[in-house]
Amino acid sequence: MHIQHGPVTRKDQSPENQATEHLRFIRDVMERSASFTAVPGWGMFVVGLTVLPATWIASIQNSSNDSLIVWFTQAAIAVIIGLWTLHRKAHKSGVSLTSGPGRKYILTLAPSMVAGLLFTIALWQAGNLDLLATLWLLLYGAGTITGGASSVRVIPLLGISFMVMGIISLFISPEWMYVLLALSFGGLHIGFGIYIARKYGG
Amino acid sequence: MVDRTLYRSMEVLQEHLDPLIHARVRLGIVSALAAGETLSFRDLKVLLSTSDGNLSRHTQKLEKAGYIKSIKSFQGRMPLTEYRLTSKGSKALLAYVEQMEHMLKVARTVNGSPKDDSYQ
Repeated sequence: MHIQHGPVTRKDQSPENQATEHLRFIRDVMERSASFTAVPGWGMFVVGLTVLPATWIASIQNSSNDSLIVWFTQAAIAVIIGLWTLHRKAHKSGVSLTSGPGRKYILTLAPSMVAGLLFTIALWQAGNLDLLATLWLLLYGAGTITGGASSVRVIPLLGISFMVMGIISLFISPEWMYVLLALSFGGLHIGFGIYIARKYGG
Repeated sequence: MVDRTLYRSMEVLQEHLDPLIHARVRLGIVSALAAGETLSFRDLKVLLSTSDGNLSRHTQKLEKAGYIKSIKSFQGRMPLTEYRLTSKGSKALLAYVEQMEHMLKVARTVNGSPKDDSYQ
């Protein structure tokens, strides 16, 4: 007995195994469909590279305000690189950024980024920038986890790594903060970027 | 005796399977769209490892049945076709999964075999 014309073509299997195979086929396709990633690995890698000199420039500034200007400039560069490479990868895959995985990623990451920007302005106006790095790391991590929830597993893992860095930042002295930012926004982006680019098509 | 009972039960259940979904590529299209919301023609082609012609034939069949909806647009100068699962398609997939689960249950009941949830 064979479940005719279905995805399972092996006739030597029992009907029970055939039905199981049909259900497994559905699950596998759904999993692979959900794990399409629009996240640009090379874009992430380049952003990571630009973070390293930005961290050094920010660290040698005389005031916190000047450092913040460096970070804002770096953030703007990162957003431009990110969006451009996201668009390029989506275009290469024949996917529209206004729909599918790319749209999902942007929409879920954007609220955390906006919250981070607003909190940064609020803390800058209050003259208290001590927790800024922690805030950025935790919000970017949280946004990446939710943004990657419907993507490949490595994206939420990247988010978790950022959140771990955010937690570590609570326990280290301020002079190590630049090293932590270089390791996270620089190092993590470089490492994960290469992995994503090699494994998930760019 | 057990095999004959199982054979008859499965035969009856098979007659009720939706022929539109009970084909590898079409089941794949519907399953992929159920998880991926909107997917382009190229996404589906890569996911299901099939040819343009084969995929086109099956998407047309599903669209004609009202299971999926195509959205045509342009990305730059290139035409872009994306697909979305309709509520009719979603219900059909759900019904198909329920039928398969039922078949599994019948097979297990007749065989008296232990429950295997490894597909879940």
